[in-house]
Amino acid sequence: MNLIGLYTLFCKEVLRFGKVLLQTLIAPVITALLYLLVFGHVFEGRVQAFPGVSYTMFLIPGLVMMSVIQNAFANSSSSLIQSKVTGNIVFMMLTPLSHLEFFLAFVLAAVVRGILVGVGVYLVALVFTAVPIKHPGFILLFMFLGSATLGAIGVIAGIWAEKFDQLAGFQNFIILPLSFLSGVFYSIHSLPEFWQRLSHFNPFFYMIDGFRYGFFGVSDTAPSVSLAIVTLFLVVLSGITLVLLKTGYKLRD
Amino acid sequence: MSAISISGLNKHYARVHALHDIDLTVERGEFFGLLGPNGAGKSTLINIVAGLTRFDTGHVAVLGHDVVTAYRQTRRLIGVVPQELAYDPFFNVREVLRIQSGYFGLHKNDAWIDELLAALMLTEKAGANMRALSGGMKRRVMIAQALVHRPEVVVLDEPTAGVDVELRKSLWAFIRRLHREGHTIVLTTHYLEEAEALCDRIAILNHGKLIALDTKQALLMRGIGHTRRVCITTEQPLGRLPETLEKKVRRQEGNQLELRLDKSTDSVMAVLDALRAHGAVITDLNMEGADLEDVFVELTQTQKV
Ligand SMILES: Nc1ncnc2c1ncn2[C@@H]1O[C@H](COP(=O)(O)OP(=O)(O)OP(=O)(O)O)[C@@H](O)[C@H]1O
Ligand SMILES: [Mg+2]
Repeated sequence: MNLIGLYTLFCKEVLRFGKVLLQTLIAPVITALLYLLVFGHVFEGRVQAFPGVSYTMFLIPGLVMMSVIQNAFANSSSSLIQSKVTGNIVFMMLTPLSHLEFFLAFVLAAVVRGILVGVGVYLVALVFTAVPIKHPGFILLFMFLGSATLGAIGVIAGIWAEKFDQLAGFQNFIILPLSFLSGVFYSIHSLPEFWQRLSHFNPFFYMIDGFRYGFFGVSDTAPSVSLAIVTLFLVVLSGITLVLLKTGYKLRD
Repeated sequence: MSAISISGLNKHYARVHALHDIDLTVERGEFFGLLGPNGAGKSTLINIVAGLTRFDTGHVAVLGHDVVTAYRQTRRLIGVVPQELAYDPFFNVREVLRIQSGYFGLHKNDAWIDELLAALMLTEKAGANMRALSGGMKRRVMIAQALVHRPEVVVLDEPTAGVDVELRKSLWAFIRRLHREGHTIVLTTHYLEEAEALCDRIAILNHGKLIALDTKQALLMRGIGHTRRVCITTEQPLGRLPETLEKKVRRQEGNQLELRLDKSTDSVMAVLDALRAHGAVITDLNMEGADLEDVFVELTQTQKV
């Protein structure tokens, strides 16, 4: 294992978003804050998902996880597409970095970005209402699994896309709807039967549900089930990403 | 053991047969030139050796290590300067070189980075963001990037494209120095004078096929056998030439005309007659042997038919 190489690529990816924090950290926190203000204001007092949990309280873990998901994806995918379009990806491809090292560096940098944004959203949300933390281990675990999974999806999207608008399409037609329709804004038990069933096919639902369990100790699905499904999802996607990288799909044509 | 050995190499892109049964060996310590018109397959060949591009069939090795199965070794042994100008706009020159060193597992490489910066006249620009560099400077940073890990084999894909005369001369000096210090050099270029000035052995690719592979001297001899260069000076600038002559023009500038004539079929007298009939008053005439350009044109043109 070329550990120095892996560490260098990881640091480069972290520095890359570190140099534009306004875009990569501040902006997503503000976006989440706006959701919190608007939805919190409209639904506060009208909707109660779990007993003893106000709507704003319920909303915060969802918004944190949604930010984690979207930013982890954005980090690896936009870094890759930029390197491809500007051509500087060649400097990574010329090195002895293996597909596994390449994968780990990109995914871990995405995890760092996802968690930083998630923590930022959480801290700002605390200004509005206190949120209990029942199982901090679950919170950290789901934050890691969610951001790593989306980091891997971001690598896949970045490899596949040839232009920025293809990547935007991937984001707008897959990542955004799946993260919106995953129970960020509502408990799926409030949905009609059909949509409830459908939500169970959305892997993002389990990320958010398990994450929320870490805060309140209650959830729509058993946390062990969410954990198993999210872990499986990460393993499968990592496998796919590693195969793409190993074969050189689109990167070494 | 050879620096680079390629055998039975074939590469297809969707519709193009980019490389056709290439067998080629570059020995250690050689200064090797890879020539050919646009689209001949030079970059494809280099990218395959560098591991940037997959191939269909064949065997490619760098210093005895297979570029597919032992890619970690081969990429440590070879330094490649890609043809396309590319840079990471997020970093400055020193950061770029440190990052590139890190990829190769080199943690503390600043002494060597400083040497490279000095040799490539970039010391003053070490702290400048990549975006703030001119094209020629970016090209030099790419050369430094290819050398951070002190590779034995150095491959440069058109290093002097879009570079002014002065910088080209200093890059030549730099590359010569690398060669003197024991590096094997492979260079592609469109400037035939460059290949003529630098390379010991030359391969010419055309439409994905290796059409010549020989020492520079041998190639020049070949050209001398068939072609002669005739330089004509006229009193007035000539303008458009008669059709029979147009095909033979090598260069035309004001009242200077350079023609490439085939020794066996073209008669100098006939050419002069044709020019006179065209109204030209010839004031000077010079005949010279072929240079690499003539060999190149001769070889790539006979291929087309
Ligand atoms: N990524 C690619 N996808 C499809 N075709 C390609 C690709 N890269 C090169 N080709 C084709 O392969 C052939 C060889 O291209 P290559 O870039 O190797 O030529 P070259 O000799 O380096 O030319 P130049 O002197 O212009 O750099 C060309 O016909 C080109 O169109
Ligand atoms: Mg080329």
